[in-house]
Amino acid sequence: MASDDIWILGIHMTKFGKRPDDDVIDLAAEASLAALKDAGVTMADIGVLAAGNLMGASAPTGQMLQKQIGQTGIPVFNVSNACATGATALRTAIMAIKAGETDMGLAVGVEKLSGAGLLSGGSRKADADEWTPSGRYGAVAGVDGRIGTEIMPGVFAQVGMEYSHKYGGADFELFARISEKNHSHSTLNPLAAYTKKMTLEEIMGDVMIAYPNTRPMCSANCDGAAAAVVVSDAKLKTLDPDQQRRAVKVSASVLTSDPWEEACQILPDVNTLTRRAATQAYEQAGVAPEDLDLVELHDCFATAELVHYDNLMLCKEGEAVPFFESGATWRDGSTPVNVSGGLESKGHPIAATGIANIWEVCHHLRGEAGDRQIEGAKVGLAHVIGLGSACGVHILEKAA
Amino acid sequence: MGQTAPVSGNIPFVDYLALEPEPHLVANECTSCGARFFDRRNACASCFGTEFRKADIATEGELRSYTIVAFAAPGIPVPFVAGIIDCDGTSVRGNVINVEPDAEHVQLGMKVKLTTVPVGEDTAGTEAVNYAFEPLEGAA
Repeated sequence: MASDDIWILGIHMTKFGKRPDDDVIDLAAEASLAALKDAGVTMADIGVLAAGNLMGASAPTGQMLQKQIGQTGIPVFNVSNACATGATALRTAIMAIKAGETDMGLAVGVEKLSGAGLLSGGSRKADADEWTPSGRYGAVAGVDGRIGTEIMPGVFAQVGMEYSHKYGGADFELFARISEKNHSHSTLNPLAAYTKKMTLEEIMGDVMIAYPNTRPMCSANCDGAAAAVVVSDAKLKTLDPDQQRRAVKVSASVLTSDPWEEACQILPDVNTLTRRAATQAYEQAGVAPEDLDLVELHDCFATAELVHYDNLMLCKEGEAVPFFESGATWRDGSTPVNVSGGLESKGHPIAATGIANIWEVCHHLRGEAGDRQIEGAKVGLAHVIGLGSACGVHILEKAA
Repeated sequence: MGQTAPVSGNIPFVDYLALEPEPHLVANECTSCGARFFDRRNACASCFGTEFRKADIATEGELRSYTIVAFAAPGIPVPFVAGIIDCDGTSVRGNVINVEPDAEHVQLGMKVKLTTVPVGEDTAGTEAVNYAFEPLEGAA
């Protein structure tokens, strides 16, 4: 009997880093063709395509991709959802299958971001000759730097410092040690943009961007793509045994936005929507946080990783600091987090991230992660958050 | 503004800063649920109500979070302290000034108060006045 389950049949992540000779469509095609090959299918089998490319959000990325790899007339959804764009593309393909519109879909996320610098607050318009109130706040000139900060390293620094104020124990060194962990993990990931181990002293002594985040504690802008083929349970059962064996079950697929809370329009509240997404995901999957063999979470900044230990309920509320200090999140710990190296070293080609983290988890569940394999991994969780906000949580399980 | 004579040649940097009688921030408060917002509203994000009243915000508060921005867009002087201030239950974003911009001097939980900062004159001679927060202890 077929169930309502959705499976990842094939998945691929390109090498992240500087890809000067490849354009957005080259990268999207590389990921998509490899995901199709991994799935053992072709574009002729795909009934829906969801494509994400944040920097080119107004372009028909999915159709441009089809023109290179296969125009079959299927519906295309070009999605944009900040740093959760990749997860949103995947969720879109999954929803189409759950809705019964098709039995197989392709989701792709791609970004060209090398050398992009600060992505928000990276520029401020010159003041006008006359002070004239404009916009929703009636500001007479640009507010970045005059009323707080708009840059992401600064916003997420405040997210971490707020946690520190609430629960104590998190200081510059602790946040830097989270970064030390992820940079250490990256040495085992040949697809990461940066694979250099960094000492605590090197991390703390690097260029300060927004205290307490120094440069290596920030996600790395780079180029890359990731793609996944998803399939219904009924369709999977018609495929050959080897395809079925390598398929990874999507036990939960959740997307949330932030509910109104006091202060959420002052400093983005990345906590409430993540906690809600995690709660829904654990319920859908029938999985508890302690069941997770590995977690890829959205460490866009070292300060963000800490709060998400708590938001994803990997630890008790308020205990993210002692949880990290116990060594739990290192690759030999009880809940390995970001064994890929995380966004701080693997890199963060925005729209690719929400599928690349799922690729990482699948890689371990299939027992194909080579030197960085988490032995015996059966269940994993992938999390992304995009400011605005959107949070995607997927729980993946090894085929029985 | 309006009841008293306007301060000659001054304009608040944002609509929600009132310069008279003493500088303070003014929120749009939902008459149904009390949620407070600093921008122009279409409706309430919390309860969907569409009626708002003006609410004066406390001018003293506690620094709930901060960052020290060392790298910013061209033209923005660094380093500066950006903070989130809890003003008697209403959160406010703002710079923290008149304090050394380092982690020894800026403390989570420190008491701060609203102050004003001249931003400069435009070609018509109008001075824009912004707000910021400064430490309560030892402040002028």
